[in-house]
Amino acid sequence: MQIKINEQNYTLDDHLSAGEVRDRIKADADLLIVNGFPVSPDTLLRDGDLLILIRRGEIPGADELDALLTARHTPGVHGVVKQSTVGIAGVGGLGSAIAIALARTGIGHLIIADFDVVEPSNLNRQQYFIDQIGMPKVYALRDTLARINPQARVTAAHLRLTSANLSEVFGHAQVLVEAFDLAEQKVMLVETFAARFPDRPIVTGSGMAGYGPANTIQTHRVAGSLYLCGDGATAAAPGTGLMAPRVGVAAHHQANAVLRLLLGCDPVSEKA
Amino acid sequence: MEISFNGKPRELPQSISIQELLDQLQLDCLQVVVEHNRNIVTRQRLAEIHLHHGDTLEVIHFVGGG
Repeated sequence: MQIKINEQNYTLDDHLSAGEVRDRIKADADLLIVNGFPVSPDTLLRDGDLLILIRRGEIPGADELDALLTARHTPGVHGVVKQSTVGIAGVGGLGSAIAIALARTGIGHLIIADFDVVEPSNLNRQQYFIDQIGMPKVYALRDTLARINPQARVTAAHLRLTSANLSEVFGHAQVLVEAFDLAEQKVMLVETFAARFPDRPIVTGSGMAGYGPANTIQTHRVAGSLYLCGDGATAAAPGTGLMAPRVGVAAHHQANAVLRLLLGCDPVSEKA
Repeated sequence: MEISFNGKPRELPQSISIQELLDQLQLDCLQVVVEHNRNIVTRQRLAEIHLHHGDTLEVIHFVGGG
């Protein structure tokens, strides 16, 4: 049988178990993953299987890292997403969480843009750290993403996005994520990008303030290739703050919508 | 005349512009994205485009926070 072990091709006898193969190839591995799912050593392997052997606590070399980082992905996903470019406009509570989710998913190229610097009141919901206070958010986030997945290419644009520069900054983005704070900025982004690139999907966030039920946050298709994640109504306002749980729910709706679009699936329904 | 407004039929006077309709509905054009017959309309053109019987209009209101 032909199987792949840590991204290398092997031809092995039939009817071998994952544990027997582990003993031959990487005897000290204590985590065995077949086709994206951890298995026991006595699991029989079949032709075409993808086997990942990991020794817990060992930091892999660069050549193996890509395979090991994506060992739990559904097979077939990584090959598509690593060829993809996604733009993220604004890296506050939504954008920083979306960027991290997409880097973990193995998106090949992320373009992140924001003018702001990390300040203490961001830390209640945004994916930054105390030792990053004062840094431009795009550079702080680029550092964090490199610690998670050095294979993900990150283009960091420290600037204020306007209708004049937006299409240039995100010219290579197949999908654009809107992750701004102000409603007027959200509208500006959608109008500008849709006018320039009418066929490219835009995934927006609207309505995730407060601590209302998480279940009111949904993904909707609101126009041709325009998607909206959120409850559509709960604005950040005096008396209604932005907090990590609901902002995180909305951000991950957006990240999952991006992933589904890249894989050719409808973000809203089960159909492919 | 009748148009489809956010998926529902709506009766309107003849030859009203999108901007006039937004004003009637007290919607702030800075906070809405307008899709007219499946094309997103930039803010500058809202007053130029007049609606016709059978048109489809989607008005998506955005709120702040992110």
